[in-house]
Amino acid sequence: MVVWTDQERACIQDIFSKLNYEVAGPKALQRALIVYPWTQRYFASFGNLYNAEAIMSNPKVAAHGVVVLHGLDRAMKNMDDIKNTYAELSVLHSEKLHVDPDNFRLLADCLTIVIAANMGTSFTADVQAAWQKFLAVVVSALRRQYH
Amino acid sequence: MSLSDKDKSAVKGLWAKISPKADEIGAEAFGRMLTVYPQTKTYFSHWADLSPGGAQVKKHGKVIMAAVGDAVSKIDDLVGGLMALSELHAFKLRVDPANFKILAHNVIVVIGMLFPGDFSPEVHMSVDKFFQNLALALAEKYR
Repeated sequence: MVVWTDQERACIQDIFSKLNYEVAGPKALQRALIVYPWTQRYFASFGNLYNAEAIMSNPKVAAHGVVVLHGLDRAMKNMDDIKNTYAELSVLHSEKLHVDPDNFRLLADCLTIVIAANMGTSFTADVQAAWQKFLAVVVSALRRQYH
Repeated sequence: MSLSDKDKSAVKGLWAKISPKADEIGAEAFGRMLTVYPQTKTYFSHWADLSPGGAQVKKHGKVIMAAVGDAVSKIDDLVGGLMALSELHAFKLRVDPANFKILAHNVIVVIGMLFPGDFSPEVHMSVDKFFQNLALALAEKYR
């Protein structure tokens, strides 16, 4: 069972409250596809991903970035049971999408950088620590049903 | 994933912009690493104060960032240029190379925080590659 301190809960809620899902989601996914181009393997149906400009202007990438962030929103709203909240998502990523779980870490790191750029110095080390813990729990839950 | 000419010029270009704040970036990134990834503190159990604002943390952050700057100047031959540092980390410090990735991530977070306008995804990619190559060069003498 994950134990969250009040401070950690407050940090996570605060980060999400400052996030524009329609902006941060696309930015994070675009960054992952550009910085770690092998992640593009999962998005063959998205059309033009040939270069950074194409990725940044691709509407399917942007839409999917928003989907991912709404998924994280669910984890934030169910912080005391992310494991079960994500059970179906985990099966989906494993059995249907066949995503190598290491990619969750890559996308998580890119989202962290988007948030850091957005929050500036208010993204303190303690805030980053709480955020990193949240991401670790999310990634662990997403990996859970892999076999 | 070796560095192309485009990567090298992106890294050098970014370094020119951020080097005036190198000490601050180093201290911030190193302090963050110790806070966010507490397992990294195990290498500094001999320090009295591991809090982010502590004197030793700030000083060491400065040392690390100076080495990063040095690596930028030796970007055409990181393995050769970092040979002595590699020997230090391999035989004396014996830091698990997995930690190089963790520190690199924190440097990148701080750069993204302090210089958001200069850290496009393409520049980020080149910098990420640079740190990966730096880590490899640092691990060269390990075995």
